[in-house]
Parts: sequence; structure tokens; C-alpha cells
Amino acid sequence: MENTEYKNVYVFAEQRNGVIQNVAYELLGKANDLAAELGQKVIALLLGDGIADKAQDLVEMGADEVVVIDRPELKDYLTEQYTQAMSQVIDHCHPRIVLFGATTIGRDLAPRLACRVKSGLVADCTKLTIEPDKDGNLDFYSTRPAFGGNLMATIVCPTSRPQMSTVRPGVMQKRTREVGRKGVIRSFTPTFDASKFKVRLVETKMNDKKAADISAAKILISGGRGVHDAEGFKKLQALADVMGGMVSSSRAMVDAGVMDHAYQVGQTGKTVRPQLYMACGISGAIQHLAGMEESNFIVAINKDKYAPIFSVADLGIVGDLHKIVPMLTERIKKELEK
Amino acid sequence: MNIIVCIKQVPDTTEIKIDPVKGTLIRDGVPSIMNPDDKGGLELALRMKEQNGATVTVVSMGPPQADVMLREALAMGADRAILLSDRRFAGADTLATSYALAGCIKTLDYDLIIAGRQAIDGDTAQVAPEMAQHLDLPQVSYVIDAQKTANGFIVKKENEDSVQTLEVEGKCVLTVLASAFKARYMTVEGIIDAYANREVEVWSADRIDVDEEKLGLKGSPTKVFKSFPKSLKEPGEVHEVSEEEAVELIVAKLKEKHII
Repeated sequence: MENTEYKNVYVFAEQRNGVIQNVAYELLGKANDLAAELGQKVIALLLGDGIADKAQDLVEMGADEVVVIDRPELKDYLTEQYTQAMSQVIDHCHPRIVLFGATTIGRDLAPRLACRVKSGLVADCTKLTIEPDKDGNLDFYSTRPAFGGNLMATIVCPTSRPQMSTVRPGVMQKRTREVGRKGVIRSFTPTFDASKFKVRLVETKMNDKKAADISAAKILISGGRGVHDAEGFKKLQALADVMGGMVSSSRAMVDAGVMDHAYQVGQTGKTVRPQLYMACGISGAIQHLAGMEESNFIVAINKDKYAPIFSVADLGIVGDLHKIVPMLTERIKKELEK
Repeated sequence: MNIIVCIKQVPDTTEIKIDPVKGTLIRDGVPSIMNPDDKGGLELALRMKEQNGATVTVVSMGPPQADVMLREALAMGADRAILLSDRRFAGADTLATSYALAGCIKTLDYDLIIAGRQAIDGDTAQVAPEMAQHLDLPQVSYVIDAQKTANGFIVKKENEDSVQTLEVEGKCVLTVLASAFKARYMTVEGIIDAYANREVEVWSADRIDVDEEKLGLKGSPTKVFKSFPKSLKEPGEVHEVSEEEAVELIVAKLKEKHII
């Protein structure tokens, strides 16, 4: 088959327990930009059990078409079940591009699938573009951080199709919902080979709910080594409480056992882009900056005036967070009571 | 039980600096280490060996310098070390890398394959799932605990929002998180033994079960188009003032930005 016969930008619309994940909306947003450049359509792939009623939601968030694969085998994410369904959709629909969220699901599924359909995959992208190649043909470019965020690499997949990428959550912008938007909703029925189902889900224990959504917080008061300990984090929590925000952490305090990994911002933690990111006692290793530098407004408080965090801060304060944070908490409390 | 652990030698990316003038990576003097997640994988294998008895074979693909890392694995307690080293592997992306590793593993006896979640230089997390597909084996990634059962393994997997328990029937590929398996240190006797009495087997492409056309650059669907240092945004204002003034500055800015 010719490469030109592979068409349209497909999005794996990740859902968990029937809830469409934010990253799926972000991918639909980006897919709209890419599809417009190519003059092609955005198609969402919705896999699950009893999820057909979510298709309209995807249309309103930017899908021109939704392919629904509604099967009991797909109730919970399991690698083989999802790979079988997705590889059959790919064989049937011939997508030009397939995007996945770089979540624990997307990063488990996409490589398995890429190897099964023998195509190229780019991991954990932060930028996707369509640009002309040297012959003037439009090609797909995926850019991602490597070497712990020290280097950016733009990767192409010139000859094999589909071109697949996983995309870091929290980086792409979702579109504003268009209520009542019309789209084509189709269903697809895969044939499962159950003899290959060797993994069984025994149980799922959900984490503390609060911990799971630092990436959704509008205000993050984030602490690093300078916070010292759990007592120090209480000062940050008090400020977060007053401002209606959440506390997050650098890797140092997670490695030290002070904070749980679910609160970690950075290359090996979460990517966040809140309205306000207040970095307290965080020196700003490049791996940390990778996870927060897209925040709307960054305040940094650090004793070391040469700390790299100041290179990304909109407002930097050289000082002792242990004094400043409690004073700021009282001051903002008064301000909000006005 | 035969356990194979895939390990990679990587530059310690926490030690990498950017040349402020040329804007390029300074790799000189950056130490090479065993990739942390892979070391966690080796630790899991060694714990299983202690509990149930097992033969642990470490496999790596890389240049001859990776010998040092493989001897570290032997000194930690691995029984056998294989280095896939051949110019024909050069330029491989994750698909071609996973193909070569799978081609090597096909020639070995195994009950379990363990790999790290991801390497700190590439950070793709793709090689192990792709290898599992080449070998037609089930996979579980982001593993934080694994125990042998009568006919397979019981495994705990860490997601963003949950921890799942999964039961695997038969052989499988697990990718593990370093944070869940704090790796042991080498013993002095282990180090002496690794250098005095042990062998790191170096295998070329001829020794493994592969189609040469699918190796290295030729077998790689993805190519690096360009790489460049990350551009940081323009720094804002930095103030060295009293605590009282600092608080006022922050409050004024937050009001200006309509955050409070």
C-alpha cells in the first residue's frame, strides 16, 4: 500500500472507569492543528465496555469522527486485549498519524502496538508539527526531551505508517467545547484471540484522590530540599489552603521519603502548567524545570541567588522560605478577607 | 528458574551540563552508570534468586565499554553476562534495538525477562514492550512488586492514579521502577571475582536469531531529524530584599495577575 493511502489523524481516547482522560481532550486539540495542516480529519478511537455514550463528548471536544469499540473484553485496560483491538482498527482504517497520551496506559500500549504493526513510535513528545520536507511533501515531526531534559530531539518516521507518538499530558491545549457539534460516530467490532490473554486483572486500588490531580491544580505551592521535612511542608500546605491550591514537590523530597511520588513535578513526575507555580526551596534541576516551566506565572523563593530556578521564574525572591511563606500566608489571608 | 535481565549503560544525565556558549551537551567527564531502572530490575531478579533459586543472566547491547557495567552486575550477583556488540547494531531506534535483544533472548532458556521501565538517556520506555511483542510474550510495565506463583507470576503495577494487581500465566516480560527495588551494593569479593574469574561473553549479530536487514539503522523506522539544547525562557526579576518587602512584592504581583 502506498503511504499516501494512509490518511487522517487518529487519537487514542484514553478512558479509565468510563471517564475520558484529560490528555485525550488535549490530543484532540493538537490533532485539529495537525489535521488542518494536512487537510485531513480528526478521528477518535474510543475503546471500553459500555462507553458508546461518550462518543458525542469527543465530537464536542474536536473529533470529526469517533470509532467506538465497545466490548466487555475492553472493560479494564489490559495490554493484549487493547493491542488486538487497536491493531485491527489500524489494519482496517490505515491512519496517517496515531496519537496516545504518554500515560502508564499509552506508554504500555503504543510500543506494543507499534511493534505489532511494524511502524515507528516516538515517546513522550512535547511538540508536534506538520512541515514540508526537502521535497516539499508535508511530513510529521515529533519533538521530545532526551538526556533527562537537557536536549530536545525532533524525530521523523519517513517511510513507515502509521506515524505514532505518545504525548506528554498537560502540554497540549484542549479546545473549547462546542456543545451540539455534529460528527460521525461508527462502531468497529474486532475479533479477539482469547488464547493470547495471559494477564488477568485481580484488583485495582485507587490512590488518595487528592494526590492524583496536582496536574489539574490552578495553584501549586511546591517544595524542594530547602523545605527540609514534613514540618516544612506544613507551612506550604497552610499557604496552599489559604489560596485554594495544592502542594507539590521536587524529586529530592520524594527520594527523601518526605512526599509521595504522586506529588512529584518533573521529568520522572508530572508535568504541570498551573496559573501559579510557587517554587519554595527548589534549586531547579533541569529535570524539575521540564515539568513546570510552562506554568503561567512562576514565583521562586530560594536562599541561593544562583539557583537555576531563578532562570525560569517570573518573580524571584532570594530569601528564607521558612520565614517568608508563613508571613505570606497571613498577608494573603488578610487580603482575601477584604 | 532462569531469569534474564536487560540492562543498559547510560551517561549519568544528572551530571550533564550545557555549554553556555555553544549550547551543546558537555559529555566529557560524565560518568557512565548502569541505568537506574535496569539496576532495580537486576535487584528484583536477585531477590527472586534468593527466595526461589534462579540463574540470573544479564544481557546488554552496546559498545565494548559496557563491559564495566556487566562486571558490576556479576559483582552484584548475576550468574552470566552477555554483551551484544557489533557495528551492525549501530544507529538502532527502539524497534531495531528490541529486535536485536529479542533475537538474543530467543537463543537462551528463560522463564522470566525483566527490564527497567526506561533508560535515563532516551527516556522512551519502548524497548521492553517492543521486545515482548517480538517474543510474543505478555508484558506488565511499571512493576513495583513481583512474586513467582505455581504457573506464572503475581505482579503489582503502579499507575498515575492506582496500584493494580495482575496475575500472569507463564513466561512474561516485566518492566520495573527503580524506586521499588533499592539495589544492593557490590561486595568486595564480588568485584574481585567479577574481574578475576568471570567472563563477559561478547556476541556479534551472527550469534543471535535475527534477519540482518532488520538491525541497526536499516531496521529503524524512526530517525533523529535534529537535536538541539532546550531553550529556556527569559528570566524574570530577582529581588534580594527583606522578608516584609518580599511578601509585598509577591502579593502585588499576584494581584496584578488576578491570581488573588
